[in-house]
Amino acid sequence: MPLNLQPNFHDPERRRFREYSAGDDFYEWLIEAHRGLDDAHSAKLNARLILLLANHIGDLSVLREAVDRAREER
Amino acid sequence: MSESRRGSSPHANHRPRFAYRRPPELGAAAPARHPVVVVGAGPVGLAAAIDCRLKGLPVVLLDEDDTVSIGSRGLCYAKRSLEILDRLGCGDPVCAKGVNWNVGRTFFHDREVYRFDLVAEPDHKRPGMANLQQYYIEEYEIGRAQTVGVDLRWKNRVIAIDPRADHVRLDVETPDGRYAIEADWLIVADGARSPLRHLLGLDVEGKVFRDRFLIADVVMAADFPAERWFWFDPPFHPGQSVLLHRQADNVWRIDFQLGWDADPDVEKQTERVIPRIQAMLGKGREFEIDWVSVYTFQCRRMAKFRHGRVLFAGDAAHQVSPFGARGANSGFQDVDNLAWKLQLVVAGRAPDRLLDTYDEERVAAADENILNSTRSTDFITPKSGMSRTFRDAVLELAERHEFARRLVNSGRLSVPTIYEDSSLNTRDGETFAGAMVPGAPAADAPLDRDRWLIDELGGRFHLLVFADDPGEISRPVVDAFAVLARLPIPVETLVLARRAGAAVANARVLVDAKGVAAERYDGRGGTVYLIRPDQHVAARWRRFDLASIRAALGRATGHDAEV
Repeated sequence: MPLNLQPNFHDPERRRFREYSAGDDFYEWLIEAHRGLDDAHSAKLNARLILLLANHIGDLSVLREAVDRAREER
Repeated sequence: MSESRRGSSPHANHRPRFAYRRPPELGAAAPARHPVVVVGAGPVGLAAAIDCRLKGLPVVLLDEDDTVSIGSRGLCYAKRSLEILDRLGCGDPVCAKGVNWNVGRTFFHDREVYRFDLVAEPDHKRPGMANLQQYYIEEYEIGRAQTVGVDLRWKNRVIAIDPRADHVRLDVETPDGRYAIEADWLIVADGARSPLRHLLGLDVEGKVFRDRFLIADVVMAADFPAERWFWFDPPFHPGQSVLLHRQADNVWRIDFQLGWDADPDVEKQTERVIPRIQAMLGKGREFEIDWVSVYTFQCRRMAKFRHGRVLFAGDAAHQVSPFGARGANSGFQDVDNLAWKLQLVVAGRAPDRLLDTYDEERVAAADENILNSTRSTDFITPKSGMSRTFRDAVLELAERHEFARRLVNSGRLSVPTIYEDSSLNTRDGETFAGAMVPGAPAADAPLDRDRWLIDELGGRFHLLVFADDPGEISRPVVDAFAVLARLPIPVETLVLARRAGAAVANARVLVDAKGVAAERYDGRGGTVYLIRPDQHVAARWRRFDLASIRAALGRATGHDAEV
């Protein structure tokens, strides 16, 4: 399975009528998780989060592609 | 909250004055009682007065001034507001004068990263948005209010309010002295600073954002398309955001983020403003400054919008950041929700608690608007280094990847609230596809002969009956339409047929020529929708059943039992 680059945030618990709602929910939680942390603690939080999500994805081909995409700079 | 400065162009001086007349109550022995008094002749107060008047209620409208707003202020009117203004009889001048647009472009540095289209599908009467200076909207509404017989009282300032059990007493100051007036019901639409809210000692709770914005109306002949353009961190205004909108008469709205440390008195000086605009537009372009203001904003609301016989609407009740155009647009939806309920309660056709559902439904809507406008503000103005890092990462990824474009948040533009959890809804007993759930505002659809479904709905309860051919509706069902039309709360039946055919007794036949309504409502032959006077769905079924409809009508009007 290739890396999904299409919008994919969704909520199986509740129907969302606006296409941005689920993604905006996630983004708010993400920023909120960093509230009150200094840079070092924020970096650690990001590292833990990446490891948790990477394990959940598991598929090395997907993870390889995600790492490659993230390294692309303009 | 803003500090503004008016330019010298003819647009800024577009300030019609309306005649003050000596109120008949001055010098009267006892205060006169009026069924409905509205305070505040802004876009929302005027809409409230017109809507109540159209529903047969006598209306007195009090305003402390005698003219329209200074500067363009409220600017973007969403499709739903245009539909409401259509129902009130003001939609055509607003759309004729306004600049219709659907496309928004978002830029990061000097590159476009995201483009959206508000109306992704055709077949709606009104566009996604129309931009029009607030003073024009108010002028059209004032004309309409006069036509429908609103008792408009300019230079009438409320100086005291005394809420009683069955009415509200107001003391009003005029150029000829003071008088008292009594209102069975009072609608307060006197704006964000709401003097009446202060007189009542009521709080409005929420967040103040530590940021300042420079807003400028600029007159120029420019060939930019009628689109919304938003820049994150552009070369001409580094580190901040900029928003550009086109308005009527070649007036352009430019919104510069300044940051919290900016000095509002300095920033609104012409010699400060002109270089900012030149940096954006390029030095060669000629323009004239029409209006300049520096503002901050809040995202907050009153705990309750109903206080006995006092009903708050618009900015007096709730305030949002400007990103998303959820201010005036939600005010129009307040009015849309309130007027029909007030009419039924005043007429004795519905219990008083129907007005509690104004509070229930519009507080939920305010929370949705506050949530979305707060998120937009947090994206536009990151509050921490890490927040900015994520924001910029989203913008960079958005250039290449679709998923990130959807996370770009320069304002989630006003869409009407779906009253999903409203106590007035009757839950679905059958399965339906699509978005027309109970609580949703009715979707528009084209009919034959250049008519639109949205124009056929509203102002009263409607039963929308889908049929392939109007002739297929059985005799007992046609007879039941007559029963619905004669209820204490009458329901008018609209048969929505795929093809023209014979007339149907006790109903109006509409032709869904393109099949768009059938698709948007998942309407097969036999499907029935009960639509409220504010055009929101109350209930729906796969087949006609009179008892179910009467029960749903009762529920939608605050009754314990069928109507």
